Amino acid sequence: MMSLITDLYAYWISVLLMMVGLYIVIDHNNLFKKLIGLNIFQTSVFILFISMGKVDQGTAPILKDGFETFSNPLPHVLILTAIVVSIATTAVGLALVVSINKYYKTINESEIEAIEREQE
Amino acid sequence: MHTPALQVIIPLIAAPLCCLLPKSRLAWLFTTLVSLSTFAISVLLVWQVHSVGVIDYEMGSWPAPLGIKYHIDSLSAFILILISAIASITLLGARSIIEQEVSHRKHALFYTAFLLCLTGLLGIVATNDAFNVFVFLEISSLSTYALIAMGRNRKALMAAYEYLIMGTIGATFILIGIGLLYMQTGTLNMFDLHDRMPIIGGFNSVHAGFAFFTVGIFLKLALFPLHQWLPNAYTFAPSMVSVFLAATATKVALYLLYRVFYTVFGFEFSFSTLHLGAVLLPLSIVAIIVSSLIAIFQSDVKRLLAYSSLAQIGYMTLGVSLQTQAGLIASMINLFNHAFIKGALFMCLACLAYSIKTTSCEHMAGIAKTQPWVAAAFVVGGIALIGLPPTAGFISKWYIVLAVLETSWWLAIVVVLTSLLAVVYVWRVVEQMYLCHPIDNIQQGTPVPMMLLSCTWVMIFLSVYFGIDNRFPVRMATMAAEVLMP
Amino acid sequence: MSLFTLILASLCVPLAGAIVIFLSRRFSRIIEIVFVASAAVLLFITVSIFNFGSAIYHQTVELYPLIGDIPLAFHVEPLGLVYAGVASSLWLVTTIYAIGYMNANQEKKLARFYMCFCIAMMGVMGIAFAANLLTLFIFYEILTISTYPLVAHKENTEAKNGARAYLGLLLTTSIGFFLVSILWTWQVSHSLDFTIGGILAGKLSDGLTLVLFTLMVMGIGKAGLMPFHRWLPAAMVAPTPVSALLHAVAVVKAGVFCVLKITVYIFGIEVLQSTSANMIIVYIAAITMLLASLVAIQQDNLKARLAYSTISQLAYIVLGAALATSVSIVGASMHLATHAVGKITLFFCAGAIYTATKKTSIKDMRSIGYQMPYTMLAYTIAAISIIGLPPMVGSWSKWFLIDGALSSGQIVLAVAFLISTLLNIVYLMPIAINAFINKPASTEYQYQEAPKSLLIPLCMTALLCLLLFFLMPYFYEFLQRIP
Repeated sequence: MMSLITDLYAYWISVLLMMVGLYIVIDHNNLFKKLIGLNIFQTSVFILFISMGKVDQGTAPILKDGFETFSNPLPHVLILTAIVVSIATTAVGLALVVSINKYYKTINESEIEAIEREQE
Repeated sequence: MHTPALQVIIPLIAAPLCCLLPKSRLAWLFTTLVSLSTFAISVLLVWQVHSVGVIDYEMGSWPAPLGIKYHIDSLSAFILILISAIASITLLGARSIIEQEVSHRKHALFYTAFLLCLTGLLGIVATNDAFNVFVFLEISSLSTYALIAMGRNRKALMAAYEYLIMGTIGATFILIGIGLLYMQTGTLNMFDLHDRMPIIGGFNSVHAGFAFFTVGIFLKLALFPLHQWLPNAYTFAPSMVSVFLAATATKVALYLLYRVFYTVFGFEFSFSTLHLGAVLLPLSIVAIIVSSLIAIFQSDVKRLLAYSSLAQIGYMTLGVSLQTQAGLIASMINLFNHAFIKGALFMCLACLAYSIKTTSCEHMAGIAKTQPWVAAAFVVGGIALIGLPPTAGFISKWYIVLAVLETSWWLAIVVVLTSLLAVVYVWRVVEQMYLCHPIDNIQQGTPVPMMLLSCTWVMIFLSVYFGIDNRFPVRMATMAAEVLMP
Repeated sequence: MSLFTLILASLCVPLAGAIVIFLSRRFSRIIEIVFVASAAVLLFITVSIFNFGSAIYHQTVELYPLIGDIPLAFHVEPLGLVYAGVASSLWLVTTIYAIGYMNANQEKKLARFYMCFCIAMMGVMGIAFAANLLTLFIFYEILTISTYPLVAHKENTEAKNGARAYLGLLLTTSIGFFLVSILWTWQVSHSLDFTIGGILAGKLSDGLTLVLFTLMVMGIGKAGLMPFHRWLPAAMVAPTPVSALLHAVAVVKAGVFCVLKITVYIFGIEVLQSTSANMIIVYIAAITMLLASLVAIQQDNLKARLAYSTISQLAYIVLGAALATSVSIVGASMHLATHAVGKITLFFCAGAIYTATKKTSIKDMRSIGYQMPYTMLAYTIAAISIIGLPPMVGSWSKWFLIDGALSSGQIVLAVAFLISTLLNIVYLMPIAINAFINKPASTEYQYQEAPKSLLIPLCMTALLCLLLFFLMPYFYEFLQRIP
């Protein structure tokens, strides 16, 4: 039972962060905080990927004499791409929040809904 | 030849160039020429696939599974020509309405985002590498968020934000799925994954990956109950963006469904071992019934058509859930025809939005007197949506009901009764246009520009044409289905 | 000219007429001329097709494969010729009546009206010459869609609601039942062609054949069987030329024609007899026949009464078809023609009365015979034909229908026919009798006939009721080929 947790601790951390991130997205009303939650969620996925790339006793994936085992470079590359995507998403999201703030003078989701309901 | 790569790279390189263009008219012209060239390339690809069979292209000449491979077969060629055709027709008519709806200094950026969206959609279809799919998926999604946010109404911003949150979660789920599969197989090439699936099929991580893929794709597809983002996004986006999205975005998500569940995981694994059909069938039926019912009560016609799209997506996934080749063919024919029909209907609304600055049903009362051509186009499009001959919608209905009838008769009754719901919501708008008296001050609207009206009628013509001569979609769909389910 | 060209021409001529009318929509004289011309040419084409004789019957002319292997195909056979002949000859008469009526009542939007009429006639010809169920369904729906603007012509709230009921009911039955039954037929027998002897022999169990037959016939909403009959009275909001042609001749006859055609050529008489698949429809038709007559008696609006009378008469045809014996099928086909001629006269009279006196209610029509003698004389002739008394042509078809019921042992149904005939007398004759009995005292009822353009068509059709009685033996031979 214990080995289930200790051997797979990377995955447990990743899943924990994933749940935290999703919870923040769903629960919080503040639009900024939602984006942060989204970021945490995405980061947890990155950790998942990278942790699977680590090979036991492996070193950084740079060819050098004296080293035999290397970690898998492919996940690193994939995650670099994914990080860029995540940054772009956050940037678009933040731009949207700034615009929303300009029009609604608030970035609280329930207040925005209330303003829209009053308009009708 | 480099055609598969060019299909994606041309719009990709064109996008930042478009950003630099000073005048909005020049940006429009440039974008239209680029999309016409992608259409030309996709026609070339269809022709090549017809003669050769499949086209494989290795990026940078790295052999698969080490490098990224683009693989064009009948299914990809089918969807590629659909997307590029819709993009071209949309852009040809778009200039005047975009000038009206989007603020002037953002025009070049609008077209840039459009080109990026087009790149993303074409890339998803052309590629054979799972991670490449994720990248292009995100490219198209991000540009879509930006496009939606440029709508006239300030609610477009919240709509874009909600779509961003939900869409990113969906795409990240797909990423998790890719990661779990990579973990077990060490490869990202779709065919390679398929070959290794029997060996690793029993592992829990593969099952988990399947589940993540399912949820992510359903979210992008807007299948009930993950559809919440679609009505707002389609309603508040600029008119031409709604046209383009309604006709292409969910279709590409459906393509992704075909690829992942038939090519990567394999038909037996997805449907027999993991019972995807049992999940897809009830969700499709609920999607059709609930969305059609909600559509009946909408006062904004754009929103009505958005809910109608949700119902039509239900028909497409229903075809898949039948687990027969006939069902798959029916699903693809529905996909093709619906793209033109919905595109045409949203373009009618774009004409109306240009003319009377609103798309709410009560303001359309009696509009048939001032805009007869637009109203007539809406009637023809509506008839196609309901599924009456001699339009393409009838062909779609025929195939799907026939496919369903092979499996269970009560399901056929459900499908048929729900098309009657379409009669209710379409005819409500038609009656309002023709048989109601106009409200005074809205009426003398601006005349609709010739280009926009012509492009609307081109789409309408295609909706009727494919009802009369449906050899192309049926043949392509049959070939594609044989590729997926041999 | 080859058969192929003629059949295509019968479809293209009305369509071409519609296009020309659309292009010349600003010139009212031209659209009227084109309208009449299309009808005349179509009649000529139909007669030419008839002149080919029996050599060409059941030869299929395939256009191209529309869905999978199923082609868009046409063929000529006696039943189709009856329907096409009735529709095209009565269309010519109606064009003259329509032009007169629309001008006299100063109706608007004439180009749209004539255009939709032409497209509807294209639908009629497509249905008449269809060689398989797919082609039939396509033109059936074209007929539904093209007649909607005709029903909603006046564009007021009443018209909107009536047209809504019309479209709603017809689409519900056609998409909900007819299409499903067509697809089921395809699935079972892999053919949708109309063939002699039917295509369902031995394919389905008795119970399932019953369900399929009932589903298909109920799906043909244009035949007006209860409970899907409501669209007929609802469609009376249309101008009278529409009611006359479409709802006494083209649309409703399309419905019963389809019922006859599927009875004879999809199911086949032997199959229906041996599996008793027709029993539910027989009873529904009989009930419709009697109930509609009873409702007709209570109607005070003349057009409404005629509408319910039509429902009842259509049920005669469906009953004859469903009994599925050679005699009853001949009777049903004959009734298709005789009822068309009689009913169109009655509707023409109703329109003439409205145009001349603005009256729609029967209680206002006492002594109107002195005001409009020709009209009411034509009315009487047509009423006698509908009731089925000699020397009007309606007596022939009544005779064969009752004979068909008796010869298949259905005494109850024969009695139902007779009761219905009595009810026909009750709801049709009083109008004619009251029109002539009391000589009017006041000067209100001066001679004030309808305009000539209305009078001539209705006299022509009334004469036809009389003449055809004597010409029927020639057509009887022709009709015998059907089962």
